[in-house]
Amino acid sequence: MIGAGLAGQRAALSAAQAGASVGIISKVHPVRSHSNAAQGGINAALNPEDSWESRAFDTVKGSDYLGDQDAIEIMTREAPEELLHLEHMGVTFHRNEEGLLGTRAFGGASAARTYYVADITGQAILHVLYEQLMKHDEVYRYEEWFTTGLVLDESGHCAGAITRDIRDGSMELFKAQSVILATGGNGQCFKPTTNALICTGDGISMAYRIGAPLMDMEMIQYHPTTLAGNGLLITEGARGEGAHLYNALGERFMEKYAPNKMELASRDVVSRAEQTEINEGRGFPDGTVALDITVVPRKRIHEALREIVNVGRDFAGVDITREPIHIKPGNHYIMGGVKTDVNGQTEVPGLYAAGECACVSVHGGNRLGANSLLDTLVFGRRSGAHAAERAANMVLNPPSEVLLSEEERRLGSLVNRDRGTGRRVAELRNELGETLDRYCAVFRDAVGLNTALEIVTRLKEEYGSVAIDDRGTIFNQDLLGALELGYMLDCAETTLISAIHRTESRGAHFRTDFPERNDDEWLKHIDVTLDGDGKPHISYSPVTITQWQPEERKY
Amino acid sequence: MPDYKLKIRRHDPESGIPPYWKDYTVELDGHRSVLDGILQLRDRVDGSIGIRCSCQAAICGSCGVRINGQAKLACNTKLSEAAAEPVRVSQRAGIREPGEITVEPMGNMPVLKDLIVNMDAVHWKKVRRVVPWLLPAGEPPEREYVVPPETMIDVTQAMACIHCGACVSDCLSMEVDPLFIGPAALAKAYRFVGDPRDAQTEERLRDLAEDPHGIYDCTHCFNCVQVCPKGVAPMDQIMRLRRRATRDYEINDQNNGRRHEHAFTKIIQKKGILDERKLLQDSFGPFRPEGGIQLLRALPTGLRGFARGKITPRKALFHEGIEGLENVRRIYDHAENHAEEVNLYILGEEGDDAAQDEAPAIGESPEVTA
Repeated sequence: MIGAGLAGQRAALSAAQAGASVGIISKVHPVRSHSNAAQGGINAALNPEDSWESRAFDTVKGSDYLGDQDAIEIMTREAPEELLHLEHMGVTFHRNEEGLLGTRAFGGASAARTYYVADITGQAILHVLYEQLMKHDEVYRYEEWFTTGLVLDESGHCAGAITRDIRDGSMELFKAQSVILATGGNGQCFKPTTNALICTGDGISMAYRIGAPLMDMEMIQYHPTTLAGNGLLITEGARGEGAHLYNALGERFMEKYAPNKMELASRDVVSRAEQTEINEGRGFPDGTVALDITVVPRKRIHEALREIVNVGRDFAGVDITREPIHIKPGNHYIMGGVKTDVNGQTEVPGLYAAGECACVSVHGGNRLGANSLLDTLVFGRRSGAHAAERAANMVLNPPSEVLLSEEERRLGSLVNRDRGTGRRVAELRNELGETLDRYCAVFRDAVGLNTALEIVTRLKEEYGSVAIDDRGTIFNQDLLGALELGYMLDCAETTLISAIHRTESRGAHFRTDFPERNDDEWLKHIDVTLDGDGKPHISYSPVTITQWQPEERKY
Repeated sequence: MPDYKLKIRRHDPESGIPPYWKDYTVELDGHRSVLDGILQLRDRVDGSIGIRCSCQAAICGSCGVRINGQAKLACNTKLSEAAAEPVRVSQRAGIREPGEITVEPMGNMPVLKDLIVNMDAVHWKKVRRVVPWLLPAGEPPEREYVVPPETMIDVTQAMACIHCGACVSDCLSMEVDPLFIGPAALAKAYRFVGDPRDAQTEERLRDLAEDPHGIYDCTHCFNCVQVCPKGVAPMDQIMRLRRRATRDYEINDQNNGRRHEHAFTKIIQKKGILDERKLLQDSFGPFRPEGGIQLLRALPTGLRGFARGKITPRKALFHEGIEGLENVRRIYDHAENHAEEVNLYILGEEGDDAAQDEAPAIGESPEVTA
């Protein structure tokens, strides 16, 4: 297991339960993982009067019909069981008056079916999974170990990973029959972003480098309610609890864009509406619109939205129980990632991916709120079980130790490189983030995307001479930052190439030069693979459609 | 943009140089965080400054450090506010000038490099000590456990802990007794004790009460409540554990914790001020055979009290209490008639005008039905 957020921990537990010998490697302590930040909840059709089909349809429609319907069916059918499993392990889900699991409303959903723990749902689940990892001591934990690359055996199967123990700088070659990536997203490619500093696309890039195709990389979600400047997230739960959006003229503008669902339309729709208001001069001078949470009863805010009271107070100086808070669309999530099947298998044998770094694809062009936790858990569990089965039925073909010494040399040369005229890692990272946020955000066009790609191509060249200050072995975070920038550049390049390629508008990918959805030509996934020359190569794969034919999308 | 002076405690264990303070200047708006300042230095000046950080939003718990001598998250401490803090008497003389911001690693945990401490060696070890997973009775039900809704809100305050280590860092009891289970781990323990799905409530409480480094090792210094960035109020959770241990299970621990607490409360109620001699005597219960022996063993403590003037012969023999005792009694009456739990997720914070009257009383022994 590489990565120890929700997907990684869930996969590790399920693989261990299936009898596999499991090691879980994470560059941060597991409870620091970014799954923490998932505030709102987890979707499941648990009530007898609800149905998985209705949930699945919401997800298909939310994805703008780019989601694979077989995978969406699996996710929505298995959701209730997964939710109950979490409850049994100890997650302190909110209860209704009868003491049963209670729900809240969420965006893009036709019923209130989001289960939650105040607005710390991700944190609560992450901590409970970690409790289980502590209980199941048979899972080896490598906390604060950084993975620098994946390795193949002679037959081209993924057979392990090379890591650096952050605490003492020693390198290790882990050998495994199955490797599962659960390294999360790559929001740090954008600036600002709701994503934590650790979300640098490590797994996406490492898989790409050993030949695994990436899919739907152009599909980047901008969350409708983030703070201007620092990009911090205000949960969709706020709108789920009834909060309204206003422009600077005091108009509840969602009436124009989504008269039925209003603020609870899907995220791509709400973000576009906000950005349109801002672009057309009806926003506030700081480039924002207002989210008014004061309409939610104060008692309810304390019980259900505690965390964003803190965020408002500490990071925006606003008491959200008394006044509206200024927000704007901000980078939040990547729907795309390493292409997998419904068991988490990538196209490289032995390599699996689950969670945000994977693209099954259940989110297609736009992820619904409270579907990411579900994705991590359902496909984390499935990957773990499948990887364990694979491991049980094969003999390990150990990768060559030479790979380890080559990697040690690569890192050594980076640590000892003289700065010369090279730019600092932070300069390149900032330029990358600002470039993507400028050209690859809510609205895109060919000119901007090509400009961005030129910049990223230049940054890749400059990355070749980047140098660092820290020459030490203990917690050399400077070195890790440089390696992460390398991962981010791969992600940025593949995202831009895919975005340039898709000449239509679908889900979160809105091209002002191609404003319509074009099912005749583009009801398909874009796959990017690294070709023999080290260049990205584009191909397509079909969208799986089971029972929901594409139709016009209205909220 | 204004300049801020950061004084950072540096230590590279590989260098052979002992820890030292280094001065830096950052140029940032005052509403930006101390972490923003450190990251600016790392980005522009010295990439080798070590600090754990990730979310920058006070949810991942990585960036616990001591700022101006007190444990905080660097990401939710504003530069302007830190710079304006008065210099604390407790800070070692000459370290911090007014207007400067000192940043050093958290306390009570070994330093690995610069601002990075070894949380495993202390914090996580203590968390594991409290058996930190749910222990329900028998097989789980087909559907969810049915539990009173207020119990889940009640334990949410403990669940809100992000394991940043701030409370562990500044825990005075732990400084004296490194074996003390400590505020974070005990708050974690309450998360299970308060959870009606857990079937080991009494066993957990007995374990934590009997442990000489358990719930009675806390001295009510309030440091953990003050430094916790998430409003977990670990000390409140420890007091809840004590209340459950005594009121619900009447656990008379071998450490005399319950007797001591009872004696303390009664003496204040009666005299309005502590009578140290009587406290020692009542805590051990001298009329129990083992109490007498324990009292004898505590003789050196009593003698030290004499030596330092905490106990004087006059006070020991003729302790008269304070004037205005009726006001103390009124406080007791009020407290006894208002036995509600103060919970962030129900009442909001001090100053929030959440409808306090609407707060449900928390059942002390909620029934669980599967």
